[in-house]
Amino acid sequence: MAEELYAADTLGSAQAPVVSIRNLHVSYGEREILHGISFDVLAGETVVILGGSGSGKSTLLRTLVGLEKPTSGEVILHGKNLCCITGAEWRELRQHIGISFQSGALFGSMTVGENVALPLLEHTQLDPATIEIMVRLKLNEVGLNGYEDYMPAQLSGGMKKRAAVARAMAMDPEILFFDEPSAGLDPIIAAGIDQLLLKLKEAFGITIIVVTHELASAFLIADRMVLLDKGHIVAVGSTAELQASTHPRVRQFLDRVAEPEISQEIDYLQMLTGEVPRPRQ
Amino acid sequence: MPFTENIGAATLDGLAYVGGLARLGASAARAVVMDVFEPRRLAYDRAVHQAMAVGIGSLPILSLITFFIGTILALQSAYELRKFGALQFVADAVAISVSRELGPLITAILVIGRSGSSFAAEIGTMKVNEEIDALETMALDPVRFLVAPKLLSMLLMMPCLTIWADFMGMIGGAVFGMAAADFTFKTYVIATLDALVLRDILTGLIKSLMFGLVITTVGCQEGLRTGLGAEEVGRSTTSAVVKSIFLVIMVDLVFTAMFYLGIG
Repeated sequence: MAEELYAADTLGSAQAPVVSIRNLHVSYGEREILHGISFDVLAGETVVILGGSGSGKSTLLRTLVGLEKPTSGEVILHGKNLCCITGAEWRELRQHIGISFQSGALFGSMTVGENVALPLLEHTQLDPATIEIMVRLKLNEVGLNGYEDYMPAQLSGGMKKRAAVARAMAMDPEILFFDEPSAGLDPIIAAGIDQLLLKLKEAFGITIIVVTHELASAFLIADRMVLLDKGHIVAVGSTAELQASTHPRVRQFLDRVAEPEISQEIDYLQMLTGEVPRPRQ
Repeated sequence: MPFTENIGAATLDGLAYVGGLARLGASAARAVVMDVFEPRRLAYDRAVHQAMAVGIGSLPILSLITFFIGTILALQSAYELRKFGALQFVADAVAISVSRELGPLITAILVIGRSGSSFAAEIGTMKVNEEIDALETMALDPVRFLVAPKLLSMLLMMPCLTIWADFMGMIGGAVFGMAAADFTFKTYVIATLDALVLRDILTGLIKSLMFGLVITTVGCQEGLRTGLGAEEVGRSTTSAVVKSIFLVIMVDLVFTAMFYLGIG
């Protein structure tokens, strides 16, 4: 199932991918988290990486932005293979990508305006007046006009995420990464963040990669979806293709069916002894 | 056998830790030098902010503590000296003890409590909140952005604080001298100046620079090593204080021995 959708949906495209992942393996020490992930992201599309807790989706995102090193395989970002680029090339590449972290990761000792201005101050030669205007523009784009002098601690959860998006947008990136943009937000605020992502895509044509487990949000914003399960890709395809999928794990995830309880004695013994349980189909 | 194995493993861990400190210190020093040749707009502001926190913020409590230490030292010296009718040497004892040892050491311990712990807590909290990851993904080197300004401010402020601590300690000694040892303020100052030579002050200042280096690298390294969760921030902070105090005492011993063997 995964391979069929993968072949039909990405490799057959004439457009060159901006992100290309090939047979990616990532481990923490002895424990392998991602077991041979492969998919492409085309320019201007929004790809949502779905998966339950512990599926490896956050590790995948961290690997794509260079915070984790692959054990093997390739990640080609903007034409650069991350395994082989120099520190200077990484610094240059990172100026073309923006990341909005799950917690927002705003610098608590700086105002919202200073947070957004930071990449501009460090990476450009713009004069302070221009930077001030750009900060206002970016905050306006995310609906935070007038919040330049607020400290992050004074903002609500949704506002923090918006401010983080404004900071991620500061350098006009070509690829934006979002880690759980709606996590911990009430449905109305979460819907506002979804609308913001759609607006950014429509207005700027940015390539957006989102990691989430919020199904409603994912189906609203995604052009394509990647479903991860225990470090493997279960399915890749458009929202309609995933909706129509009959793969048991896809159906279980989309229909929100709980994991079956251990019923057989041998499985129970394996659980107690810490051995890997037999795979279920 | 397990006992010797444990000692060996602990020694290797200790050496690896000190090696990590040396690497962090070298990276931060390189970043400080780079900021001189390639000035960035925020680097100066951050260094000034840190210098104010490390230096100016410590002055009231440092003044009070070193004043009392000076008085206590005078009292303790007088206890022995008066047996030999040598109470006039109280000023010498206070001046030499404070400038060579207690001024730099008390300053370092106070700065560990105030700034070393805050470095670990600040960077550790940033790590937990993914702010360090955010810096890296914005192509900003955390060592250059966070550690270098702290190192620069510490290397500038530690000698200044130490000189102030020496001064306040001697004032503390003078209060006892005037109250119980027949000194006037003027005669106490003259006795102090006669007792001190430049190398007494210089050895204290060299030690204070090394203490500054140790406090910054340990505080920042503990912060950068913080794991996930608020509990880890507390662990890093405690660890930064304990390790800094231990390493400051070690550095003090090594440099005092070097000065003793080298220039007396």
